[in-house]
Amino acid sequence: MASTVALDDLEPAVAPSAKRSSLAALLPTMSPKLIVGLVIGAVIVLWAIVGPLVVGDPDAISTLAFAHPGTRGHLLGTTQTGQDVWSQIAWGTRGSLIIGFSVGVMATVLSALFGVLGAYIGGAVDEGFALFTNVVLVIPGLPLVIVIGNYVPQNSRGLFLVAVVLAITSWAGSARVLRAVTLSLRNRDYVSASRVSGERTWRILVVEILPNLIPVMASQFVFAIIFAILGEAGLSFLGLGASGTFTLGTILFQANQALALTQGAWWWFIPPGLVIALFGCALSLINFSIDEIINPKLRNSTRSQRKKWGLSPAQIKQLEAENLK
Amino acid sequence: MRFYLQKVGFYVVAIWAAITINFVIPRLMPGNPVDVIISKMGAAGQTVTPQTRHAIEVALGGGSGPWWQQYGAYLANLAHGDLGVSLVAYPEKVSTVIGQALPWTIALVGLATVISFIIGIGLGTFAGWKRGSWLDNLIPVTTMFQAVPYFWLALILLLLLSRVVQWFPFAGGYDVNSGLMPGFSLQFVGSALYYGFLPALTIVLSSIGGWMLGMRNMMVSTLSEDYIVTAEAKGLKPSRVRMTYAARNAVLPSLSGFAISLGFVVAGSIVTEQVFSYPGIGQLLFSAVSNNDYALMQGVFLVISLSVLAANLVVDVLYGLIDPRTRAR
Repeated sequence: MASTVALDDLEPAVAPSAKRSSLAALLPTMSPKLIVGLVIGAVIVLWAIVGPLVVGDPDAISTLAFAHPGTRGHLLGTTQTGQDVWSQIAWGTRGSLIIGFSVGVMATVLSALFGVLGAYIGGAVDEGFALFTNVVLVIPGLPLVIVIGNYVPQNSRGLFLVAVVLAITSWAGSARVLRAVTLSLRNRDYVSASRVSGERTWRILVVEILPNLIPVMASQFVFAIIFAILGEAGLSFLGLGASGTFTLGTILFQANQALALTQGAWWWFIPPGLVIALFGCALSLINFSIDEIINPKLRNSTRSQRKKWGLSPAQIKQLEAENLK
Repeated sequence: MRFYLQKVGFYVVAIWAAITINFVIPRLMPGNPVDVIISKMGAAGQTVTPQTRHAIEVALGGGSGPWWQQYGAYLANLAHGDLGVSLVAYPEKVSTVIGQALPWTIALVGLATVISFIIGIGLGTFAGWKRGSWLDNLIPVTTMFQAVPYFWLALILLLLLSRVVQWFPFAGGYDVNSGLMPGFSLQFVGSALYYGFLPALTIVLSSIGGWMLGMRNMMVSTLSEDYIVTAEAKGLKPSRVRMTYAARNAVLPSLSGFAISLGFVVAGSIVTEQVFSYPGIGQLLFSAVSNNDYALMQGVFLVISLSVLAANLVVDVLYGLIDPRTRAR
């Protein structure tokens, strides 16, 4: 929507973004959403790395069952068998994040393989890949994961295997989007030009097409991490998670098995879910910022932001009237 | 017509894939699947009778012979609606057990999905229409609900609404103690709605954010189209521009993305049912898994897949009616 307010005399206030170095221009602009997301996310990731080194043994049992938070050095209370919830959460966060990131990487690679490659090659390969993608998309993921998970014997069900199974069921949605974007890119003039000038296929894919897909793939990567952490939590909650490791899901599973809810032991099952929720929220906020780079129209122009432009109150009113129609 | 044929063709392939996955998975595991299952059941201290062995063989499509014979036997059994005999509810047939649980889940997930779709799309329309308003700022909050595990939200709701203030029942699908029989009596439906409120609330709260965000973003994109400017220039009422010009076009991607969303909701509801001991498919899948009832597990997986496929087919056909461009291609 063209603005009727004269913005020419305001150039200096808006221009600084153009002055940023070429490297900085690639990075997203710092919005409050992005900063909050990055801070929460960084704190949780740091905690997952450092936490397990500083807390005690999460399996150590004591006679202090269902102790309230704060009793005798137990920051978040104890479980039914007197294990320290705080140490369990430190280890669980690490386990959940390992699953999240490995699934994120695997799902992104798979979606790029099926989405980008198929769309670029075209023809029967594209048709085949697209059909495969759509079939995987409509077959519900978690029931499939549950069935596969149950056939694998308990003792060989490690973190890595759970991650692979989750990745297999979570790439299809992203692949469909990547295919659509690639289809529109592959016929652009500059891609045709590089093809005519004799560049190799892999070079066209990696140098000409892939950079344009990075924002979309970044957003999908972040989303895949959330999906994986949630999926793993659900799987573990049903008792089908990785054996021998702590994740936030296994803590919730144990809490539910020990009837923590009816015992009123809220400190056992609220914190693990809260960590998942906070981390998911942080990733969503980061995702919003990425989305706003891909599609600048999504950016809010809220009242407070307009004030920063240095407009007079009359101009703000006029802009608002336009915006609201 | 070609559009519908293509759609039907796609779903035939998808159904075949779901059925075949069900057949292949047990065979990808090392060893004879029937032996693996029997040894697992033995280790869990369950009694293994010849009938048990037969039930497992039927569920997996006959334990012996080359794979194409097994596959043929498996398909023939499916065609007769024979999914084997359940071990959990022995000697009930798997199809009977699933038939009892399926209406509960379809009612719960169906109603919750429709409610959250309508509310989410409605709120998204207004958030996109008035960018930067209080409703728009609410979006990060609803997205946070999406990042919360379904079952954890369920636990919190149970803690608050059934334990702290005792407004809602703790578990179950209807009031079992009052001697109600499942049926279409007013009392039973009322009781089922009362017991289903918390599970439905969980699903609605967790899934509403996705609809809302998607609709908001599409509204924002649609509002900058030329035909919106034209509509405004013609002097149409804002409410008319909003609903018939903007929202109607913006809702299309939400509908075509239905497949992904429904998969999430079904996955979430499986775990949610577990928390509420709701007598649906999710609960059944869990009891099959924990009791090594492979026939039941395979049947449940198949039924869930087919239901999701059916729901998607309905949406796809509706989509063709709403958006003529997809048919024209």
